[in-house]
Amino acid sequence: MIAEFFSMGGFGFYIWTSFGLTFLLMLAEVLYLRQQRRTNLKRIQRIRKMNAGSDS
Amino acid sequence: MNWFRYASPVEFYPLAGRMIPWFAIAAVLTTAFGLYWGFFQTPDILSQQKEYYRIIFVHVPAAWMSMWLYLVLVGWAVLGLIYNTRLSFMMAAAVAPTGALFTGIALLTGVLWGKTSWGTWWDWDPRLTSELILFFIYAGYMALQSAIEDSYRADRASALLAIVGLFCIPLIYWSINCPDPTQCAALHARSSMSAIETNILAAMWTMVFAFWMYSFAVIFVRVRNIILERERNSTWVSRLIGGDPS
Repeated sequence: MIAEFFSMGGFGFYIWTSFGLTFLLMLAEVLYLRQQRRTNLKRIQRIRKMNAGSDS
Repeated sequence: MNWFRYASPVEFYPLAGRMIPWFAIAAVLTTAFGLYWGFFQTPDILSQQKEYYRIIFVHVPAAWMSMWLYLVLVGWAVLGLIYNTRLSFMMAAAVAPTGALFTGIALLTGVLWGKTSWGTWWDWDPRLTSELILFFIYAGYMALQSAIEDSYRADRASALLAIVGLFCIPLIYWSINCPDPTQCAALHARSSMSAIETNILAAMWTMVFAFWMYSFAVIFVRVRNIILERERNSTWVSRLIGGDPS
Protein backbone atom coordinates (compact mmCIF):
# COMPACT_ATOMS: atom_id res chain seq x y z
CA MET A 1 0.00 0.00 0.00
CA ILE A 2 2.68 2.45 1.06
CA ALA A 3 5.14 1.14 -1.51
CA GLU A 4 2.44 1.53 -4.13
CA PHE A 5 1.92 5.12 -3.10
CA PHE A 6 5.62 5.94 -3.36
CA SER A 7 6.07 4.17 -6.67
CA MET A 8 3.40 6.47 -8.20
CA GLY A 9 2.59 4.07 -10.97
CA GLY A 10 6.25 3.81 -11.94
CA PHE A 11 6.77 7.59 -12.07
CA GLY A 12 7.94 7.86 -8.46
CA PHE A 13 11.45 8.96 -9.38
CA TYR A 14 10.24 11.91 -11.48
CA ILE A 15 7.54 12.99 -9.08
CA TRP A 16 9.58 12.78 -5.88
CA THR A 17 12.60 14.40 -7.52
CA SER A 18 10.37 17.30 -8.60
CA PHE A 19 8.90 17.81 -5.15
CA GLY A 20 12.23 17.16 -3.43
CA LEU A 21 14.16 19.65 -5.56
CA THR A 22 11.48 22.30 -5.09
CA PHE A 23 11.49 21.82 -1.33
CA LEU A 24 15.30 21.79 -1.05
CA LEU A 25 15.73 24.93 -3.16
CA MET A 26 13.13 26.81 -1.12
CA LEU A 27 14.71 25.60 2.13
CA ALA A 28 18.13 26.71 0.87
CA GLU A 29 16.74 30.19 0.17
CA VAL A 30 15.28 30.45 3.67
CA LEU A 31 18.51 29.26 5.34
CA TYR A 32 20.63 31.59 3.21
CA LEU A 33 18.44 34.57 4.13
CA ARG A 34 18.72 33.70 7.83
CA GLN A 35 22.50 33.53 7.55
CA GLN A 36 22.55 36.84 5.69
CA ARG A 37 20.46 38.48 8.42
CA ARG A 38 22.78 37.22 11.17
CA THR A 39 25.85 38.52 9.35
CA ASN A 40 24.12 41.88 8.90
CA LEU A 41 23.17 42.17 12.56
CA LYS A 42 26.69 41.30 13.72
CA ARG A 43 28.15 43.89 11.39
CA ILE A 44 25.79 46.59 12.66
CA GLN A 45 26.62 45.73 16.27
CA ARG A 46 30.30 46.14 15.42
CA ILE A 47 29.71 49.51 13.77
CA ARG A 48 27.70 50.57 16.82
CA LYS A 49 30.43 49.55 19.26
CA MET A 50 33.04 51.30 17.16
CA ASN A 51 30.99 54.54 17.15
CA ALA A 52 30.35 54.26 20.89
CA GLY A 53 34.11 53.81 21.45
CA SER A 54 35.01 56.92 19.48
CA ASP A 55 32.48 59.04 21.39
CA SER A 56 34.02 58.51 24.83
CA MET B 1 -4.05 56.11 6.70
CA ASN B 2 -1.21 57.59 4.78
CA TRP B 3 0.32 54.86 2.61
CA PHE B 4 3.23 57.01 1.55
CA ARG B 5 4.48 56.83 5.11
CA TYR B 6 5.53 53.24 4.32
CA ALA B 7 7.58 54.35 1.33
CA SER B 8 10.33 55.08 3.85
CA PRO B 9 12.59 52.17 4.86
CA VAL B 10 12.42 53.38 8.48
CA GLU B 11 8.65 52.87 8.53
CA PHE B 12 8.54 49.82 6.28
CA TYR B 13 11.19 47.79 8.12
CA PRO B 14 9.08 47.08 11.26
CA LEU B 15 5.86 46.70 9.22
CA ALA B 16 7.46 44.01 7.02
CA GLY B 17 8.83 42.35 10.13
CA ARG B 18 5.37 42.08 11.65
CA MET B 19 3.92 40.59 8.45
CA ILE B 20 6.58 37.91 7.81
CA PRO B 21 5.32 35.33 10.38
CA TRP B 22 1.77 35.55 9.02
CA PHE B 23 2.86 34.97 5.45
CA ALA B 24 5.12 32.12 6.58
CA ILE B 25 2.29 30.44 8.50
CA ALA B 26 -0.08 30.90 5.55
CA ALA B 27 2.54 29.38 3.23
CA VAL B 28 3.09 26.31 5.42
CA LEU B 29 -0.61 25.68 6.02
CA THR B 30 -1.66 26.08 2.39
CA THR B 31 1.27 23.93 1.21
CA ALA B 32 0.22 21.13 3.58
CA PHE B 33 -3.37 21.48 2.46
CA GLY B 34 -2.47 21.65 -1.23
CA LEU B 35 -0.19 18.59 -1.06
CA TYR B 36 -2.80 16.58 0.83
CA TRP B 37 -5.40 17.54 -1.76
CA GLY B 38 -3.05 16.89 -4.64
CA PHE B 39 -1.95 13.45 -3.49
CA PHE B 40 -4.99 12.04 -1.72
CA GLN B 41 -8.10 13.76 -3.05
CA THR B 42 -7.35 13.47 -6.74
CA PRO B 43 -9.11 10.91 -8.91
CA ASP B 44 -7.86 7.37 -9.33
CA ILE B 45 -8.74 7.21 -13.01
CA LEU B 46 -5.69 9.27 -13.86
CA SER B 47 -3.43 7.79 -11.24
CA GLN B 48 -3.44 4.37 -12.87
CA GLN B 49 -1.61 5.48 -15.99
CA LYS B 50 -0.41 9.04 -15.80
CA GLU B 51 0.69 9.62 -12.22
CA TYR B 52 3.34 12.04 -13.41
CA TYR B 53 0.71 14.72 -13.84
CA ARG B 54 1.20 15.45 -10.11
CA ILE B 55 4.37 17.34 -11.04
CA ILE B 56 2.06 20.21 -12.04
CA PHE B 57 1.44 20.90 -8.33
CA VAL B 58 4.93 22.38 -8.12
CA HIS B 59 5.66 23.05 -11.79
CA VAL B 60 2.70 25.31 -12.62
CA PRO B 61 2.84 27.43 -9.42
CA ALA B 62 6.61 27.92 -9.88
CA ALA B 63 6.18 28.90 -13.53
CA TRP B 64 3.41 31.37 -12.73
CA MET B 65 5.34 32.91 -9.86
CA SER B 66 8.41 33.25 -12.09
CA MET B 67 6.39 35.43 -14.48
CA TRP B 68 4.34 37.26 -11.84
CA LEU B 69 7.40 38.14 -9.76
CA TYR B 70 9.07 39.56 -12.84
CA LEU B 71 6.09 41.89 -13.34
CA VAL B 72 6.34 42.87 -9.66
CA LEU B 73 10.08 43.51 -10.07
CA VAL B 74 9.50 45.76 -13.08
CA GLY B 75 6.64 47.52 -11.26
CA TRP B 76 8.94 48.47 -8.37
CA ALA B 77 11.75 49.43 -10.76
CA VAL B 78 9.42 51.77 -12.68
CA LEU B 79 8.09 53.30 -9.43
CA GLY B 80 11.68 53.84 -8.34
CA LEU B 81 12.60 55.57 -11.59
CA ILE B 82 9.52 57.82 -11.46
CA TYR B 83 9.35 58.74 -7.78
CA ASN B 84 13.00 58.26 -6.97
CA THR B 85 12.25 56.32 -3.80
CA ARG B 86 14.92 54.21 -2.15
CA LEU B 87 12.49 51.55 -0.97
CA SER B 88 11.13 50.85 -4.49
CA PHE B 89 14.57 49.88 -5.75
CA MET B 90 15.20 47.81 -2.65
CA MET B 91 11.92 45.95 -3.27
CA ALA B 92 12.89 45.31 -6.90
CA ALA B 93 16.26 43.95 -5.80
CA ALA B 94 14.58 41.79 -3.14
CA VAL B 95 12.16 40.22 -5.62
CA ALA B 96 14.80 39.15 -8.18
CA PRO B 97 16.46 36.16 -6.43
CA THR B 98 13.10 34.59 -5.54
CA GLY B 99 11.91 35.12 -9.11
CA ALA B 100 15.07 33.49 -10.42
CA LEU B 101 14.60 30.61 -7.97
CA PHE B 102 11.07 29.94 -9.20
CA THR B 103 12.23 30.15 -12.82
CA GLY B 104 14.87 27.53 -11.97
CA ILE B 105 12.30 25.32 -10.24
CA ALA B 106 9.92 25.66 -13.19
CA LEU B 107 12.70 24.63 -15.59
CA LEU B 108 13.95 21.71 -13.46
CA THR B 109 10.50 20.27 -12.79
CA GLY B 110 9.67 20.94 -16.45
CA VAL B 111 12.61 18.80 -17.50
CA LEU B 112 11.37 15.95 -15.28
CA TRP B 113 7.86 16.41 -16.62
CA GLY B 114 9.15 16.44 -20.20
CA LYS B 115 10.95 13.14 -19.77
CA THR B 116 7.80 11.42 -18.55
CA SER B 117 5.22 12.93 -20.85
CA TRP B 118 7.12 13.74 -24.05
CA GLY B 119 9.94 11.25 -23.69
CA THR B 120 12.62 13.92 -23.81
CA TRP B 121 14.36 15.96 -21.10
CA TRP B 122 14.55 19.09 -23.18
CA ASP B 123 13.33 20.47 -26.47
CA TRP B 124 13.64 23.95 -27.91
CA ASP B 125 9.91 24.42 -27.69
CA PRO B 126 8.98 28.13 -27.68
CA ARG B 127 7.80 28.10 -24.08
CA LEU B 128 10.82 26.25 -22.72
CA THR B 129 13.14 28.53 -24.62
CA SER B 130 11.45 31.74 -23.48
CA GLU B 131 11.37 30.53 -19.85
CA LEU B 132 15.10 29.85 -20.10
CA ILE B 133 15.61 33.37 -21.46
CA LEU B 134 13.67 34.70 -18.45
CA PHE B 135 16.12 32.88 -16.18
CA PHE B 136 19.04 34.61 -17.91
CA ILE B 137 17.29 37.99 -17.61
CA TYR B 138 16.89 37.49 -13.86
CA ALA B 139 20.54 36.45 -13.66
CA GLY B 140 21.56 39.48 -15.72
CA TYR B 141 19.58 41.82 -13.47
CA MET B 142 21.23 40.41 -10.35
CA ALA B 143 24.69 40.43 -11.90
CA LEU B 144 24.35 44.06 -12.99
CA GLN B 145 23.02 45.04 -9.57
CA SER B 146 26.05 43.55 -7.83
CA ALA B 147 28.60 44.61 -10.44
CA ILE B 148 28.08 48.36 -9.90
CA GLU B 149 29.51 49.51 -6.60
CA ASP B 150 27.42 52.68 -6.27
CA SER B 151 23.90 51.56 -5.34
CA TYR B 152 22.34 54.72 -6.83
CA ARG B 153 23.71 53.86 -10.27
CA ALA B 154 23.27 50.10 -9.84
CA ASP B 155 19.55 50.57 -9.07
CA ARG B 156 18.91 52.70 -12.14
CA ALA B 157 20.95 50.64 -14.57
CA SER B 158 19.37 47.37 -13.47
CA ALA B 159 15.89 48.96 -13.49
CA LEU B 160 16.40 49.80 -17.17
CA LEU B 161 17.58 46.25 -17.85
CA ALA B 162 14.47 44.91 -16.10
CA ILE B 163 12.20 47.08 -18.29
CA VAL B 164 13.95 45.90 -21.46
CA GLY B 165 13.59 42.29 -20.31
CA LEU B 166 9.84 42.73 -19.99
CA PHE B 167 9.40 41.49 -23.57
CA CYS B 168 9.95 37.98 -22.25
CA ILE B 169 6.71 37.75 -20.24
CA PRO B 170 4.17 38.02 -23.11
CA LEU B 171 6.51 35.79 -25.09
CA ILE B 172 6.24 33.03 -22.46
CA TYR B 173 2.52 33.59 -22.02
CA TRP B 174 1.60 33.41 -25.69
CA SER B 175 4.32 31.04 -26.82
CA ILE B 176 1.93 28.09 -26.72
CA ASN B 177 -0.20 29.58 -29.47
CA CYS B 178 1.95 28.08 -32.15
CA PRO B 179 0.47 29.05 -35.54
CA ASP B 180 2.00 26.14 -37.41
CA PRO B 181 2.94 22.95 -35.54
CA THR B 182 5.35 21.91 -38.28
CA GLN B 183 7.28 25.17 -37.94
CA CYS B 184 7.55 25.27 -34.18
CA ALA B 185 7.08 22.27 -31.98
CA ALA B 186 4.78 23.59 -29.31
CA LEU B 187 4.87 20.96 -26.60
CA HIS B 188 2.65 22.98 -24.31
CA ALA B 189 -0.89 22.95 -25.60
CA ARG B 190 -3.52 25.24 -24.18
CA SER B 191 -5.97 23.15 -22.20
CA SER B 192 -9.31 24.57 -21.23
CA MET B 193 -9.83 24.87 -17.50
CA SER B 194 -13.16 23.05 -17.69
CA ALA B 195 -11.48 19.95 -19.17
CA ILE B 196 -9.40 19.46 -16.02
CA GLU B 197 -10.76 17.57 -13.03
CA THR B 198 -11.95 20.03 -10.35
CA ASN B 199 -9.90 18.39 -7.59
CA ILE B 200 -6.70 18.71 -9.60
CA LEU B 201 -7.41 22.36 -10.39
CA ALA B 202 -8.25 23.12 -6.76
CA ALA B 203 -5.04 21.51 -5.50
CA MET B 204 -3.04 23.40 -8.12
CA TRP B 205 -4.61 26.76 -7.22
CA THR B 206 -3.95 26.06 -3.55
CA MET B 207 -0.28 25.49 -4.35
CA VAL B 208 -0.18 28.70 -6.39
CA PHE B 209 -1.51 30.55 -3.35
CA ALA B 210 1.02 28.77 -1.11
CA PHE B 211 3.95 29.78 -3.34
CA TRP B 212 2.63 33.32 -3.42
CA MET B 213 2.55 33.48 0.39
CA TYR B 214 6.05 31.99 0.51
CA SER B 215 7.22 34.70 -1.89
CA PHE B 216 5.81 37.45 0.33
CA ALA B 217 7.59 35.99 3.36
CA VAL B 218 11.05 35.53 1.82
CA ILE B 219 10.94 38.80 -0.14
CA PHE B 220 10.10 40.73 3.03
CA VAL B 221 12.96 39.00 4.86
CA ARG B 222 15.29 39.90 2.00
CA VAL B 223 14.15 43.50 1.74
CA ARG B 224 14.80 43.89 5.47
CA ASN B 225 18.29 42.49 4.90
CA ILE B 226 18.85 44.95 2.07
CA ILE B 227 17.58 47.84 4.21
CA LEU B 228 19.97 46.92 7.04
CA GLU B 229 22.85 46.50 4.63
CA ARG B 230 22.33 49.81 2.86
CA GLU B 231 21.43 51.89 5.89
CA ARG B 232 23.80 50.26 8.37
CA ASN B 233 25.53 53.56 9.10
CA SER B 234 22.33 55.47 9.82
CA THR B 235 21.35 56.34 13.36
CA TRP B 236 17.92 54.68 13.12
CA VAL B 237 19.45 51.29 12.29
CA SER B 238 22.02 51.68 15.03
CA ARG B 239 19.31 52.57 17.55
CA LEU B 240 17.03 49.75 16.36
CA ILE B 241 19.62 47.00 16.50
CA GLY B 242 21.19 48.31 19.67
CA GLY B 243 17.90 48.26 21.51
CA ASP B 244 15.79 45.43 20.26
CA PRO B 245 17.13 43.28 17.43
CA SER B 246 13.71 42.04 16.28
